[in-house]
Amino acid sequence: MTFIGNKSDLRVVGTRPVRPDGVDKVTGRAVFGADAIMSGQITGKVLRSPHAHARIVSIDASKALKLAGVKAVITAADLPNIASEEAFVGEGPMNFRDLSLNCMARGKALYEGHAVAAVAAMTDAIADAALALIDVKYEVLPHVIDVEEAMAPGAPILHDDLFTAGETPKPTKPSNVAKKVRFTIGDVEAGFKAADVIIERRYTTAPVHQAYIEPHACVAAWAADGQCTVISSSQGHFMIRSYCAKLLGIEISNIRVVPAEIGGGFGGKTLVYLEPLALALSKKAGRPVKMVMTREDVFRATGPTSGAAIEMKVGATKDGKITAAQAVMKYQAGAFPGSPINPGLMCAFAMYDLANVDVLGYDVVSNRPKVAAYRAPGAPMASFAAESTIDDLALKLGMDPIELRMKNAAKQGSKTAYGVTHGVIGYEEVLQAAKAHPHWSAPLGKNQGRGFATGFWFNIGGESTGAVFVNEDGTVNVVSGSPDIGGSRASMVMMAAEVLGIDVEKCRAVIPDTSSVGFTNVTGGSRVTYATGMAVTQAAQAVVEDLKKRAAMIWDISPEAVEWKDGEAVPAGANAGGFDPLPLAAIAMKSAKTGGPIGSEVSVNAQGAGPGFGAHICDIEVDPETGHATILRYTAVQDVGRAIHPGYVEGQIQGGAAQGIGWALNEEYIYNKKGLMDNAGFLDYRIPVASDLPMIEAVMVEVPNTRHPFGVRGVGEVPIVPPMAAVGNAIRGAIGIRMEHLPMSPPRIRAAIDGAKMPKAAE
Amino acid sequence: MPSLNYVAPTTVADAVKILAGASGPTRVMSGGTDLLVQLRTGRLKPELIIDTKKIPGIIGITQNADGGFTIGAATSGALLGEHTALGAAYPGVVEAANLIGSTQVQGRASLAGNLCNASPAADSVPAVIAAGGTVTIAGPNGTRTAAVESIVTGPGKTSLAKGEFITAFHLPPIKGRTGDAYLRFIPRTEMDIAVVGCGVSVTLDASGTITAAKISLGAVAPTQVLVDPACIIGSKLDDAALARLDAAAQAMCKPIDDKRGTIEFRTKVAGVLARRTAAIAVARAGGR
Repeated sequence: MTFIGNKSDLRVVGTRPVRPDGVDKVTGRAVFGADAIMSGQITGKVLRSPHAHARIVSIDASKALKLAGVKAVITAADLPNIASEEAFVGEGPMNFRDLSLNCMARGKALYEGHAVAAVAAMTDAIADAALALIDVKYEVLPHVIDVEEAMAPGAPILHDDLFTAGETPKPTKPSNVAKKVRFTIGDVEAGFKAADVIIERRYTTAPVHQAYIEPHACVAAWAADGQCTVISSSQGHFMIRSYCAKLLGIEISNIRVVPAEIGGGFGGKTLVYLEPLALALSKKAGRPVKMVMTREDVFRATGPTSGAAIEMKVGATKDGKITAAQAVMKYQAGAFPGSPINPGLMCAFAMYDLANVDVLGYDVVSNRPKVAAYRAPGAPMASFAAESTIDDLALKLGMDPIELRMKNAAKQGSKTAYGVTHGVIGYEEVLQAAKAHPHWSAPLGKNQGRGFATGFWFNIGGESTGAVFVNEDGTVNVVSGSPDIGGSRASMVMMAAEVLGIDVEKCRAVIPDTSSVGFTNVTGGSRVTYATGMAVTQAAQAVVEDLKKRAAMIWDISPEAVEWKDGEAVPAGANAGGFDPLPLAAIAMKSAKTGGPIGSEVSVNAQGAGPGFGAHICDIEVDPETGHATILRYTAVQDVGRAIHPGYVEGQIQGGAAQGIGWALNEEYIYNKKGLMDNAGFLDYRIPVASDLPMIEAVMVEVPNTRHPFGVRGVGEVPIVPPMAAVGNAIRGAIGIRMEHLPMSPPRIRAAIDGAKMPKAAE
Repeated sequence: MPSLNYVAPTTVADAVKILAGASGPTRVMSGGTDLLVQLRTGRLKPELIIDTKKIPGIIGITQNADGGFTIGAATSGALLGEHTALGAAYPGVVEAANLIGSTQVQGRASLAGNLCNASPAADSVPAVIAAGGTVTIAGPNGTRTAAVESIVTGPGKTSLAKGEFITAFHLPPIKGRTGDAYLRFIPRTEMDIAVVGCGVSVTLDASGTITAAKISLGAVAPTQVLVDPACIIGSKLDDAALARLDAAAQAMCKPIDDKRGTIEFRTKVAGVLARRTAAIAVARAGGR
């Protein structure tokens, strides 16, 4: 059963009902990580390294343990010393050993904020006092923060056992370069020879944090019989379960993880920091342990996304056909390997139908917190470089930026550098919608500029479980294993209601613990509405088939002679008999007589997630005397496949654009000479506030994904990809200067205008 | 275990007595919008907090018989913003105080707290200095009056002696054609700390010529600094006067490079803001 072709027949999909979790969230009743309580819980706190890079000579916790009210102290010695093993549990690759070492330093502290010990105590104050009593002797080592300095010969080496992968012959000396990776199609040298115009530039971007409003928080209990319970706020309670099991050596059936509501994640809650420590403390203390990070902890110890240094070269003929595109990208991984360099390389030029592409990437460790996924991991920085360069190309060719992109647009059948051939995609439709939008042709004033940029994200599917259970009064429980971050409860009940032909208010969305629903991957990669939605849709379809059989049984006719229409079983035609329709509630009431409870649980490993494309138009006014850039107008066009709940799709587009604007203008980590972060708080790590942004107009283009019953494409990540280049291109229009460094903060813009040397933040 | 005591005396005399008698680290609290944040981050570890808000008169605004204003030390930004006469006489002071923090913070944040926190970047301080503000200080030896610019002596440091605290601010009566203004530069549009702040007050004669002026800059030196008004006095703030003001303001800057701005940027923007703020003040005084 597919619904793609006939949008007008849809009753629920495409409407805007109130979200199921809305009242709880606006009234404060929703239980987030820090709200969760277990009977008898005590407080856990982490002692963090004050150094960017240091050998841990000794840890003496004896004084802390003597303090009244202290129930346990743990260090790495209390955690299993696990072997190196690659994992795909969260979003992106992860090594279990690295994650264990990231949760608790063993032998060396690799960044300021790296956990070195943890305490459990009766109160917050006692826990704080205990932390101060733990005596850690450090041997401070030389540190390296910048990605290119970390690659340079003679740089302080973080890991003696890290050898660059992807080099032949295999290196014999350890390096901070964890991996070298290259995607190539065609022959770029020949392509550049055929070019009439070549643009070559070098860009740098600062690491930026996801800046979710809710700090990490959990409460965990390790019972005397080995049964473990965790309540935590995350992007995947099954992910929490997998990591805790592996890091602590627990059988999975002995861990139950209960999902708390989540106050934002954006990729940053697809790995663990506190949960294994809370469990280990609980085991030692014999009490449930609650742990809540401060905002400063979040900045110093949890993963932002990579900063990057990118060299880019693009060539084209006089008439605007791009003949070659080349890039070298160096991504910061933080203290352990695993930057999103691969998706960066994949996404840079995926909007274009190019014969010759060569992209080379480096995954580089340095003394910063280990990076975590952040909304379209890796793509925004690559796209900033690519779309800035394409904009300069349009300028040099004297072509309209949208025309230049139209001329080179990827379409069905276009082969990407990373090997995938595009299926049905909506990039050309997005470009057309942008060009037709009144924003594109609106007049501009003095000191104002307009920027245009596009972006790509491949989206993913993966493992999900959805279930639909019919209650005896005809209402329905829609169950899934995906934590609701962006309104997925609404999307799930809407798809189920659509299939069942009932009102969405009759469906209740439930996200149970890991022992009560089948395995489901993290909420990430823009996969939930696609993959979990597919599982829920299939479960609802199975329920409809069952309902038809039940009706056939009641009517004593063949199941083939029953149709399901608008929430009722009806005879398929005159020949089937003259029965009155049987509504869902009537069938549900008699379920005991027709075979028992009605319900279906479906697990899928969804393939065929349709990629998404976005195009953003940004108007900016620059104050030439202060360098302050004001966003005047912002329009974000995106192919959304099909919007299940258009309001939440618009919300995703607006939120992604807002985060991208922050990334473009002011967000950065500022390190001092000691390698310590100077701005670990929202006062000086400047995300946009409401008054910084105009209303962001979201324009949805619908080119349905043929692989999903409703045509869904992931929508959450694409909108953060174009903003940095859109903003940079607008600033270039306003001041006539290409800004090559992010963030494009007022001091940098003023310095660029003055033609002065670019100031480098306090490093 | 560390302990923290809190007292809320109901008279100035009691407050002075407790303050003068305290042996450990002690903080006087008005709105607490800086103090509580510093407690939370562990930057301050006082053993005693003396809350002044229960002292009668410490919250409130009075217009004196001479037309000047007395503002209780703990009066919130929100109350300043709602006072029509104060807003008409000293729009620069009110807009500076109202730039501090969020709407919620405005319900508590006070002039005394902003001054005694002694941050070079405090928003209300340059504006109150430019307006010719003074403070009444209570202490073990009775009360004294001081100019606002004499209070801050360095980041986090004030000239208040042991046992002293501020009970009230005074703004003089408006004489003739006088206007004031405050501008700050922040990378965002609100919820931020001044990278540069500038308060200006000017008095014009009948022809629109500036006869008196006071110009104060914030966040460009360890304390607020005064710019010599000679650069604009006698002018109608024409382009040449603006250029002199820009240069004079830049010359007074001794900023630092930090997470909020570079020396070069702060210095240039100080000149820009001085020009822009003075232009608003002159316009408010009825000139240009």
